[in-house]
Amino acid sequence: MLGLAFHGIHDPVRWDTASARPIPAARTATAGGAAGTVRFEAVSKTYRSASGTVQALDAIDLAIPAGTIFGIIGRSGAGKSSLLRTINRLEEPTSGRVIVDGEPIEALDADGLVALRRRIGMIFQHFNLLSAKTVRQNVALPLAVAGVPKAEIGPRVDEVLRLVGLEGKADVYPSRLSGGQKQRVGIARALVTRPAILLCDEATSALDPEATLAILGLLRDINRRLGITIVLITHEMSVIREICSDVVVLERGRIAETGPVWRVFGQPEHAATRALLEPLSRDLPEDLAARLRSDRTAGASLLLRITCAGEALDLAALTGAAGAPVRLIQAGIDRIQGRAVGRMIVAIAGAAPEVEERLRVLGGEIERIGYVAADD
Amino acid sequence: MSPQMIDRLWQAGLDTLVMVAASAGIAVLVGLPLALFLVTSGPRGIFPAPRTNRVIGTLVNGFRAVPFIVLLVALIPFTRLVTGTTIGVWAAIVPLAVSATPFFARIAEVSLREVDAGLIEAAQSIGCRRRHILAHVLLPEALPGIVAGFTITLVSMIGASAMAGAVGAGGLGDVAIRYGYQRFDTTVMTAVIAILIALVCLVQLAGDTAVRRLRAR
Ligand SMILES: Nc1ncnc2c1ncn2[C@@H]1O[C@H](COP(=O)(O)OP(=O)(O)O)[C@@H](O)[C@H]1O
Ligand SMILES: [Mg+2]
Repeated sequence: MLGLAFHGIHDPVRWDTASARPIPAARTATAGGAAGTVRFEAVSKTYRSASGTVQALDAIDLAIPAGTIFGIIGRSGAGKSSLLRTINRLEEPTSGRVIVDGEPIEALDADGLVALRRRIGMIFQHFNLLSAKTVRQNVALPLAVAGVPKAEIGPRVDEVLRLVGLEGKADVYPSRLSGGQKQRVGIARALVTRPAILLCDEATSALDPEATLAILGLLRDINRRLGITIVLITHEMSVIREICSDVVVLERGRIAETGPVWRVFGQPEHAATRALLEPLSRDLPEDLAARLRSDRTAGASLLLRITCAGEALDLAALTGAAGAPVRLIQAGIDRIQGRAVGRMIVAIAGAAPEVEERLRVLGGEIERIGYVAADD
Repeated sequence: MSPQMIDRLWQAGLDTLVMVAASAGIAVLVGLPLALFLVTSGPRGIFPAPRTNRVIGTLVNGFRAVPFIVLLVALIPFTRLVTGTTIGVWAAIVPLAVSATPFFARIAEVSLREVDAGLIEAAQSIGCRRRHILAHVLLPEALPGIVAGFTITLVSMIGASAMAGAVGAGGLGDVAIRYGYQRFDTTVMTAVIAILIALVCLVQLAGDTAVRRLRAR
C-alpha cells in the first residue's frame, strides 16, 4: 500500500526495501542504544517571564523505547508540549538531561544540534508549512538545507509524497490543500530525512474526525513499516486508544502515571487519568443521567460503573456479592490496544452503603456514578 | 506650452525618476537588512543581541522623527562630504535615501514580525540553520508585505523628491516652484501635478499587482 522504496546513499539510515523494515545495524548511528529511544532524567523546566515564573516540568524521569507509539496526555498547561519539545531542544530543560539514542543532547553544539534535528521529525497542530513554497519545495527543504545533491532530492521527495498519498499535489501551494492534506505534507517533510523519531504536537487537533482517522492510520503505518518511534501529544483520548502502545499522564509538570495504554486506560490509578478518560465513558443513557443524584435517598438505586481488564466478570457472583437485585443498564467491551476491557453500568436497588466494598473482592475497577430515585 | 517648457518638464521628470529610483534602491539595500536585524536580534530572536537592538531601534526612530524638510537642511554637510556638492539630483539622493531607509525598515519590520513563530520553529525542527531561516522562511513569507511596504515608500518618496526640488535639487518639484509658483504659470503647475498623479498611480498599480500575484499562492 505504501510502495516504499527507500534507498539511501548519503544517509546513515538504510531501508530494507523487501520488508520495508529498517536494517538495525545501519540504524544504530550512535553508540549506546538503538535508534529511536528517548530517556528523560530528572528533566525540569521553569519559564521566567515578566508575569512571574512557571514550573512547567518537575523532575520528569521517563524512558521511551524504540519503535513505540508513545502518547503524552494531560490537561491543558500540564507541560506536554514542554516535555515533547525538549526532545529536539526546541526547549532547553532548566535542569536534568534528555538522552536521545544513548547520547545526552544538552552538550551538542550548533552542528550537533542540526544533525540531531535531522534524526527527529516533528509535525504540528497548525502544520506550519511555508506558504511561499510549493508542496514539493516544502518537503525538499530539509534535504536542500542539508546539502543533499539536487539529483537525489527529487526522487526522495517523490518517494515520501507517495508514502503519504500526495503524489498528485507536488506542485500546488499549501493554501490549496485541505487540513488533512496539509498534515500529510507536514508528515512528508518530517520524514524526508528518514528520522528515527517523529514528534507530534496535537497533530490531529485541527482536523475533522475523518481526516483525523486517516492521519492516525498513516502514522500507525509509518510506525509499523519504518519502525519509527512516534511520540504524540493529544487531548483526544480516542487517539491514544486508537494507536498508542504506551502513555504517560502529566499533571502539573509531573508524571501522574505511565504504562501500557491497555493498563492505564483499563485501570486508571490516578485521579488525573480518570478525569481525562471521563469523556470516553460518558455513556449513561440520557434519561438516567437526567435523574442522577449525588446523595442517597430512600429506595434509590445505586449506579456503579465497573471496568475490568482481561477476565470477564461473573454476573452470578456480582448478584451474590451485592445481596440485592442488580439491574444491568449497559455493558460492552472496549478493545484497547488489542486487549479486551469489559465495561458495565449496573443499578443496585436499595443497596447498602457498604455494597461497593463487597463488590471489590470480585476484582475490577468500581466507580460510583450516583443514585437514581426508584421511580419518579 | 512652449517646446522648451515641454523639454524642461521631460528632463525634470527624468530627474525625479533618477532621484526616486536611486534612493529607493539604497533604502532597500540598507533598510531590509536593518529590518531583519531589528526582528531577529530581540531577546527571543534567532540572533539575540538585545542591547544593540535597542540602540539601532532608537536610531531608526530618531531619523523617522525628523521631518524631511529639516533633514534636507541638516544633512547638507554630510551631503557635501558624500557627493562633493549640495545642489542637483545627486545631492538630493542623499537626504532622500537617509529619510526613506528607516521608513522602509520599519514597514518591512512589521511584515517580518507577522511571520508566524511556528514557521521558524518548524524550520528549526527540520535542521535549518539561522541563515536558512532568513532565506527560506522570513524573507519569502514576508515578501508580499515587504513589496506592499516598498510601494508605500516609493509613493511617499515621489512626494519628498518634489520637496527636494524646492532646495535646488531639480526634478518636477523644482519646475513647479520656479515656473508654476514664482511665475504664476498655471499650465506648468497643472502639468506637473498631472505627471505626479500619473506617476503615483502607476507605482501603486504595479505594487498592488505584484502583491496580488504573490498572495495568490
Ligand atoms: N514560552 C513560555 N513562556 C512562559 N510560560 C510558558 C511558555 N511555554 C509554556 N509556558 C507555560 O508552561 C506551562 C506548560 O505549558 P505547555 O508545556 O505548553 O503545556 P501543555 O502543552 O500541556 O498545554 C503552562 O503553564 C504554560 O503557560
Ligand atoms: Mg501544548
